[in-house]
Amino acid sequence: MASEARKAPLQFGIKLRRILCGRAGWTGLVLQIVFAALIVWLGYEIFANAKANLQNQRVASGFGFLSQTAGFGVSQSLIPYSESDTYARVFLVGLVNTLVVAAVGIVFATLIGFAVGVGRLSRNWLVARISGGYVELIRNLPLLFQILFWYLAVLGALPGPRQSISLFGEIFISNRGLVIPRPIPHDSLTAFLVAIVVAVVAALALRAYARRKLFREGQLMTIWPYVLALLIGLPLFVVLAFGTPFSIEVPQLKGFNFAGGLRVVPEFVALALALSTYTAAFIAENVRAGIQSVPHGQMEAGESLGLSHGATLRLIVVPQAMRVILPPLTNQYLNLTKNSSLAVAIGYPDLFSVFAGTTLSQTGQAIEIIAITMGVYLLISILTSVAMGLYGRRVNRSLSR
Amino acid sequence: MKHVYVVAGVVIALALGVQTAVAQTLKTVKERGSLSCGVSQGLPGFSTPDDKGNWTGLDVDVCRAIAAAVLNDPAKVKFVPLSAKDRFTALQSGEIDVLSRNTTWTLSRDTSLGVNFTGVTYYDGQGFLIRKSLKVNSALELNGASICVQTGTTNEQNVSDYFNGNHMKYELIAFGTADETVKAYESGRCDVFTSDISQLYSIRLKLSAPGDHAVLPEVISKEPLGPLVRHGDDQWFDIVKWTLFAMINAEELGVTQKNVDEMAKSSKPDLKRMLGTEGNLGEQLGLTKDWVVRIVKAVGNYGESFDRNVGAGSNLGISRGLNQLWNKGGIQYAPPIR
Repeated sequence: MASEARKAPLQFGIKLRRILCGRAGWTGLVLQIVFAALIVWLGYEIFANAKANLQNQRVASGFGFLSQTAGFGVSQSLIPYSESDTYARVFLVGLVNTLVVAAVGIVFATLIGFAVGVGRLSRNWLVARISGGYVELIRNLPLLFQILFWYLAVLGALPGPRQSISLFGEIFISNRGLVIPRPIPHDSLTAFLVAIVVAVVAALALRAYARRKLFREGQLMTIWPYVLALLIGLPLFVVLAFGTPFSIEVPQLKGFNFAGGLRVVPEFVALALALSTYTAAFIAENVRAGIQSVPHGQMEAGESLGLSHGATLRLIVVPQAMRVILPPLTNQYLNLTKNSSLAVAIGYPDLFSVFAGTTLSQTGQAIEIIAITMGVYLLISILTSVAMGLYGRRVNRSLSR
Repeated sequence: MKHVYVVAGVVIALALGVQTAVAQTLKTVKERGSLSCGVSQGLPGFSTPDDKGNWTGLDVDVCRAIAAAVLNDPAKVKFVPLSAKDRFTALQSGEIDVLSRNTTWTLSRDTSLGVNFTGVTYYDGQGFLIRKSLKVNSALELNGASICVQTGTTNEQNVSDYFNGNHMKYELIAFGTADETVKAYESGRCDVFTSDISQLYSIRLKLSAPGDHAVLPEVISKEPLGPLVRHGDDQWFDIVKWTLFAMINAEELGVTQKNVDEMAKSSKPDLKRMLGTEGNLGEQLGLTKDWVVRIVKAVGNYGESFDRNVGAGSNLGISRGLNQLWNKGGIQYAPPIR
């Protein structure tokens, strides 16, 4: 590195000119400045005109409404919320709900999508046809229709809470959602969690050590008995030493609904199901395209080394296919997140529903609220792309090594 | 996703300027040759299209009455169906000239939304619709219930006030449109459907087995429903306000769709003033002298419209109750036309 002669840095003026003018020279620069000024002016006009119009009609404006009391209930909130909280809190509740359904949707869409995508290429006739049928059926039906289908036709057809389907007398499924026992933490929970973390870290370290030994010295170590002993033994020891980390609260039917336990509302289930199955169909196609983009010789080479079909796919083909799969996969993640705003149709309290819906109609401040909501979706999308971009760089680097 | 486009369109409209439409609604309506009237997406009795696509209902009659007074033709109305949460933005942006959509008059709406309520077409209150099979006889037995509601209404906040006030728990599930809310209630997602009581009766008719559902006796709020206009155009505000007052005054003075021509020949001074054979009250509003004659010919007086749409002469069969005239035991009262 040090021995290489460095090029003289370009003069600042030339550099600037290259960046700004391209081939058109100084006239191009002037045109670009005029164009930029025009856009700024247009933006200012829009802003000033909206402000004047709002003042003329004496519509409230500004962001003061965020500290006013909301006064309405929300059916699902992962952070503490009551009607006496502010609109700013409603915004947070909606944002968390959007993020949760998007995250769950992304995880399941990826799992289903990869399975179906690989399935389409399977040598098994039935698996290939079922996967193909899934993709064609799901991706050709409108998403809103699928959300309503899951919500009204599937979950709506479940019995009411008093006749709910019970599994082992502890899990209940009804048209009010899924009710499961709730763990109530005791003081010893911290020790229990620490034990699990320690066990997992130790197991990972052991695995890394075994791999290094394999690659450097060609020695294969059997580690699974130790890993098992770590993962089960350590937490078990803590439970015996400090007592049970939590007790279980079993839900019970009281009046209209279940009291106690954890409840997953059907709106969430329907939305997460519809979003993940729908997006999975598109991801499956990306995965198939990615795998098919890897030259067939790679497969043959892998198998000629004595690797099984599955191992060749996992170790040789998929890592190369990832390079092709990742960019469109990012698109699908972004689509899924934005599509979650269809939640309003089935009453799931996502950001769009509670903030750009209820809050907007109660305060009437369309411009501020739509601007905030657009900004938030933009931010979520940009963060997702950046994260996926970083992952893509890692994949590329490991391939070109 | 239609509402997304409505809201987006409205934001753009607000931003790019509708300033001309703000100050001269009367002129704009006359030049356009039609009245743009915001109504519900289908609420029998108040605003709903019939099988031929004609809009009918109490709220629709107000639109037609305004069109009759301004354009001399009750048919020259363009009805714009709006969900509860889109209605105010549509009015603010100038997409509609008047909103006549079972909308509750409250202080915050009257001030910070940039609108003016013009009067009350229907005195309503919020109640609960419930399955008879649940054997609930009072709203006070609803502790722990799941409640379906349409988002963007006063109903959402009223439920919270009522349940917290009575130390009861509840789960509120808010849907975007009335239809989605009803579907969720029908599917059993909620124990209770809450809305203004007139709407509960109207929605009950839409259910597959109306007899299986009952409206609980409690009325938990005041919901005075009426038409509203944008801030900033006093003349238009007056026209809409006095159109409704004219319908109520016509009932009080016994002027009906049938007898309006004869009544116009009457020598009684209050009738002469109202029906324009004496003085120039209509012209003071920016309309013609016979404005009330036009209104009554088009939709009848308030009582006729009430009976035809929500009262004894309709499927709903709601009694006049509070909406009876002030001199017959109700509270409907209009300032005099003089």
